[in-house]
Amino acid sequence: MASVQIADVRKAYGSTQVIHGVDIDIEDGEFVILVGPSGCGKSTLLRMIAGLENISGGEIRIGPRVVNDVPPKERDIAMVFQNYALYPHMTVADNMAFSMKLRKAPKEEIADRVGKAAAILGLEKLLDRYPRQLSGGQRQRVAMGRAIVRDPQVFLFDEPLSNLDAKLRVQMRTEIKELHQRLKTTTVYVTHDQIEAMTMADKIVVMHDGIVEQMGAPLDLYDRPANLFVAAFIGSPSMNLLNGTITPAGFETEGGVVWPIGTHPADSNGKAAVLGIRPEHIQLDDNGLKAEVVVVEPMGSETQVVVRCGGQSLTCVFRERITAKPGELIGITPDTNVTHLFDAGTGKSLAA
Amino acid sequence: MASGSFAAQPETTAWTRLMVNRNWLGFWFMVPTMIFLLFFLAWPLILGMWMSMTDMRIGRGGVFIGLENYQYLLEDRDFLNATGFTLAYTAVASVVKFAVGLYLAILLNNHMPLKAFIRAIVLIPFIVPTVLSAVAFWWIFDTQFSIFTWLLQKAGFLAKGQYINWLGDPFLAQCSVIFANIWRGIPFIAITLLAGLQTVSPSLYEAATLDGASGWQRFRFVTYPLLTPIIAVVMTFSVLFTFTDFQLIWAMTRGGPVNATQLMATLSYQRGILGGRLGEGAAIATAMVPFLLAAIMISWFGLQRRKWQQGESND
Repeated sequence: MASVQIADVRKAYGSTQVIHGVDIDIEDGEFVILVGPSGCGKSTLLRMIAGLENISGGEIRIGPRVVNDVPPKERDIAMVFQNYALYPHMTVADNMAFSMKLRKAPKEEIADRVGKAAAILGLEKLLDRYPRQLSGGQRQRVAMGRAIVRDPQVFLFDEPLSNLDAKLRVQMRTEIKELHQRLKTTTVYVTHDQIEAMTMADKIVVMHDGIVEQMGAPLDLYDRPANLFVAAFIGSPSMNLLNGTITPAGFETEGGVVWPIGTHPADSNGKAAVLGIRPEHIQLDDNGLKAEVVVVEPMGSETQVVVRCGGQSLTCVFRERITAKPGELIGITPDTNVTHLFDAGTGKSLAA
Repeated sequence: MASGSFAAQPETTAWTRLMVNRNWLGFWFMVPTMIFLLFFLAWPLILGMWMSMTDMRIGRGGVFIGLENYQYLLEDRDFLNATGFTLAYTAVASVVKFAVGLYLAILLNNHMPLKAFIRAIVLIPFIVPTVLSAVAFWWIFDTQFSIFTWLLQKAGFLAKGQYINWLGDPFLAQCSVIFANIWRGIPFIAITLLAGLQTVSPSLYEAATLDGASGWQRFRFVTYPLLTPIIAVVMTFSVLFTFTDFQLIWAMTRGGPVNATQLMATLSYQRGILGGRLGEGAAIATAMVPFLLAAIMISWFGLQRRKWQQGESND
């Protein structure tokens, strides 16, 4: 196991720079998830850690060693690919043993390690099968088995769950998290799915257009998004963002609707800003703002309602069951302890 | 049962039953193809085999003489030499074509500038008509004007005024026609293998790299095993085409000098058509069949779906 330090790392293809100086510290045994929309550079960064892409600038350390010029096989990392990249002409056992065979490890040691990895992942009965004869989830497990057998310093996962169906994805999510808790190997995991990031990570790194927007524990990002991008990206359904002006009375949006807001910097009065309210932080309140119901989506445990208030659409999630019909008016009020204000120009959070 | 009502219809004959029976429907659909195959493939083959057992000549219907033609051929040095050279021609040309073709395919599979253009160039030997390229090789291996001779002279390996009798010397002529065949056959193999290489997912190479495989090991343990099915197909075709080659030899040497470059196909043509002994020519052609069958059998076993290709493919 080892820590990973990424210091001012840049990547350019010719004159196009895709990663603009990224700094991330990953502690020994930590589960870090790089998350962001497609094209944000997260996979490129992962491949740079693996050594599959060279580094245009900056430094990557694995443990105490700078690995910029170390070839992939000497970096002591193992990677799980999105399409699993299992060798189709090898059995499950051979797939897992391949790296050790190349190293000319003794047969007993190979059998021992493969057996142990198979036991961890419940693959014992599949060792003689070929990848084609396996289901998606089983292939995913074999790919992880191949990584475990290596007993590397760092596990790298490149969107490992995106080829699986929704149900299996949830199940594998739990399995990967469990596996990490058992092996405690430093893990860097790339995904575009913020739910995966929220549920699995010790630390989330939100990336966008080749820079790190924010980095922190999942709930920190949820509670204190540093900017509009992170605010909109983290959380599902995503945060409602309203344009308006901060006034002493509250937050005034177009159409003269005034939203109550919590404490805000005194000098911000009169400033154009964006108000962020998470759907789950809006409550029913007969004395609150009047909003017109547009769509009601009962989910059983909760009800998702899209309303229109002062010309802006908002998504609300209520624990109560809603009987209101589209077109009817309901009263809503935000929980002012957890509203967010962002600078309309820079998008940065106005919270100190 | 409903059959009672069918029986009541007097016009139901065995023939109309056959026409409406679902099990026979498939057969009826196959009939046109069967006729086509019988007429254009089976019939000429059978006719050829029949002819090989007669002493038929041009303008004179033959008499059945059993295996006499074959008996005669077994003692015929020219035939035995032609058979030997056909085997050597096929073996040497196929091995070299495979090696160079695979090398080119791997080279072309890399990223390089003008990739599409270079791929197109590689195809040139394949698109030039055989006879045309044979004529070009005729000049390339000309005794006086050979570019190889000229190059050797320029490089100082050959004194000025000294010539190499490329197509006149039996052994050199054999090497020359094999060279021409290789030149012509490489694109087919290179392009087909390139197509095969492109189906190999790049992430497999990346996974192998991370697993610690060197370039050679990636080829040996990933590329080569994944290519074996397509190698089996392409080499079967290559062997069949090479073994039955005719045009190149005929245009370059007509089997000469002293029958050194005679292939079974050219010998058959020479004896049967030019010499007029149709029965003997047919016997030589028929003698090629066992070799071709053997090649097909080998590839048939090679082509059988390997275990790793079986099972449902839900990817």
